[in-house]
Order: sequence, then structure tokens, then C-alpha cells
Amino acid sequence: MSEIDIQRRQFLKTSVGAAAVALAPGMMLYSVAQGSTEGASSKVRWGMLIDTNQCKPGCNDCVTACNRENGLSGETKATDSQWIRKIEIKDISSGRELSLPMMCQHCEHPPCVDVCPTTASFKRADGIVLVDKHRCIGCRYCMMACPYKARSFVHEPLHDQNPDVPRGKGTVESCTLCVHRIDVGGKPACSEACPNQAILFGDLNDANSDIAKKVHSVASSQVRADLRLNPGVRYQGI
Amino acid sequence: MMRFLALLLLGFTLSLTATAADEAPKLDIGKGGQCVKDPQWMRKNHMHLLKHQRDEALRHGIRDEQISLKNCIECHASTQDDSVIAREDSFCVGCHKYEAVKLDCFECHSGKRKSAWLAQRDKK
Repeated sequence: MSEIDIQRRQFLKTSVGAAAVALAPGMMLYSVAQGSTEGASSKVRWGMLIDTNQCKPGCNDCVTACNRENGLSGETKATDSQWIRKIEIKDISSGRELSLPMMCQHCEHPPCVDVCPTTASFKRADGIVLVDKHRCIGCRYCMMACPYKARSFVHEPLHDQNPDVPRGKGTVESCTLCVHRIDVGGKPACSEACPNQAILFGDLNDANSDIAKKVHSVASSQVRADLRLNPGVRYQGI
Repeated sequence: MMRFLALLLLGFTLSLTATAADEAPKLDIGKGGQCVKDPQWMRKNHMHLLKHQRDEALRHGIRDEQISLKNCIECHASTQDDSVIAREDSFCVGCHKYEAVKLDCFECHSGKRKSAWLAQRDKK
């Protein structure tokens, strides 16, 4: 082997080493920039199964918990925000009475998202339908489009909001499925507060989750299934 | 003559810098400290970080705690009133007033330290 060959080999060795050293910090930066969470995954579909047989007429605990969690006033005037409300219905012919909570149904094909002119209304990868208030211009088309009357408009200036739940005048808002809790591994406030565990929360796509098992084994239905919006919130016993 | 002019100019600039430093807002920096970048970089660029983070967090659920508004408030809220907006010399208000830049964030976001807000809610 000639002197030149050895030098060349040496040069290649050192340059490969240098490249590795130069790459390593770059890779480090990348992993740090990714943060601790990977963000919402489309493999997940968050949903709720509400057992109306367990939902007691007159009980308002889920509504109270939602108001407290999200800083709503709890008033029910036309201009007040309501993210979840209790509905009492009666079948006139049989006289059967039912009580159930109604809120954003987190549709797979949300009409509110279709009509939004600024793409403020959007569906996150994991199926949660949200309003991006940075983009919302308060036109309220989504409120018109929603068949569940789930959305509210903020009419008055607000103060002292929950640091986890920003809300402001001039924007539309609705149930966020307590996304700030979900992202840290929690579950929605209403589900936690229900004294009869009538609101079952979980991942509909995970075959081993309680909610998926129950949806698989008992009869449940979606409200206004005829619209084929495929809501993530399902009801049992209606 | 040229030397005299140069000196005059230098003196003028120096005095201007001195006045600017005198008038710079005195902020209540709360606990303070440096966790993202040095203060001068943050003065120039914090809005870009916040804007990037807000879209990532809200639309994609990628919550980078370090550059979140909540994390900023956690350290920079005043130790007296737990807020970054309550007073004229509060951390955010002081500078934004000085620079005459409208501060929109807190029309929706809370300017309070979360622990303080929770304590206050639990008292009710």
C-alpha cells in the first residue's frame, strides 16, 4: 500500500467522524423541539357513550361541573354560553320520560367545519371538534349549521378565565371535550362528575377500551343519525 | 472641523442612548429567570414563538410546555398579584405600553398564574 493510499483512508475516516459529530447535535435539537407529546393522533377517536337509563331527571351535576371547569356563568339566558345542557323528553303515546345531557356531538363530518369561512372551526386528528378563536370572526354560520344547537356565542367581555380554557368576546365556542384534560391523560369534567357514571368516555378506536367494548355489546344510537354525520357521542336507551 | 463634527455627533448619540436607557420601562419580572433564550432575543422574537406554539397546540395538540403562554406566565407573573397584566409595570403591559403595541392575548387568555387562579377558584 502506498503512502498516498493510507493518507486517503485516514482522511475518509476523520471526515466520516466529523460528519457524525456535526449531525448528532442536529438530531438532538430535533428531538427536543418535538416536545414531550406527539400531538393528537388520527389512530384515536375520542367519544362518549351516555346511558340515559342512568341519567336522573333533575340532576344537573354534569352541567355544573362543565360550568366550573370552563368558567361559564351557569346562566341560561339567550346570550349566555351553554356547552352542555340537560334535556327532558317525553314520548306522548307511551308516557315514557327521558333525561339526557346534550352537547357538541364531535361529528366525524361536522357541518360547522364545512361552513366556516375562516377555517376556525376544525376537527382535530383525534376527532375533537374545536373552534380556533385566533381565527374566529364571530359570523356564527357554524351555530346555524349545527343540528344539535351545541354552540354559543360570547356576547360580553370576559374576565378571569381559566388559564387552561381561553374564552373571549366575539367568538363562538362549544364543548371541547375538555381537550386540556384529555391532552394530559384526563377525562372530561362532566364524565368525572356524573354520580351514576352515565357518561362513559374513551377511545372508540381502541378495541380494548371500556367504551369500545360497550358500544360493541349493547344497543346505542346517535342523535339524528339520518344526517350521517357520525357523531362521536352515542346514547344508550333512547 | 471634521473632528469637531464627529465629536459632536458622538456626544449626541451617547446622550440619546443614555436617555433611552433612562426611559426604558421598569418591569416587575416576577420570579424571572431564563428558560428559552436570552432576554434580548426574547424581546425581539417572543411573539413568533407564541404564534407558532398556539397553532401547534390548538390545531395539532402538540403542547410544547416550555414555550407555552402559560409557562411564560408561570415565571413572569408578579409575585405580588400573580399577574402579567394587572398593573402598569406588569411584565407584559409595561413593555407593550412603552412600545405602543396592542396586547390582544389577554382578551381571551388568563394573565394569571395557574396555581393562583386555582387557589382563588377553590376559595369560592
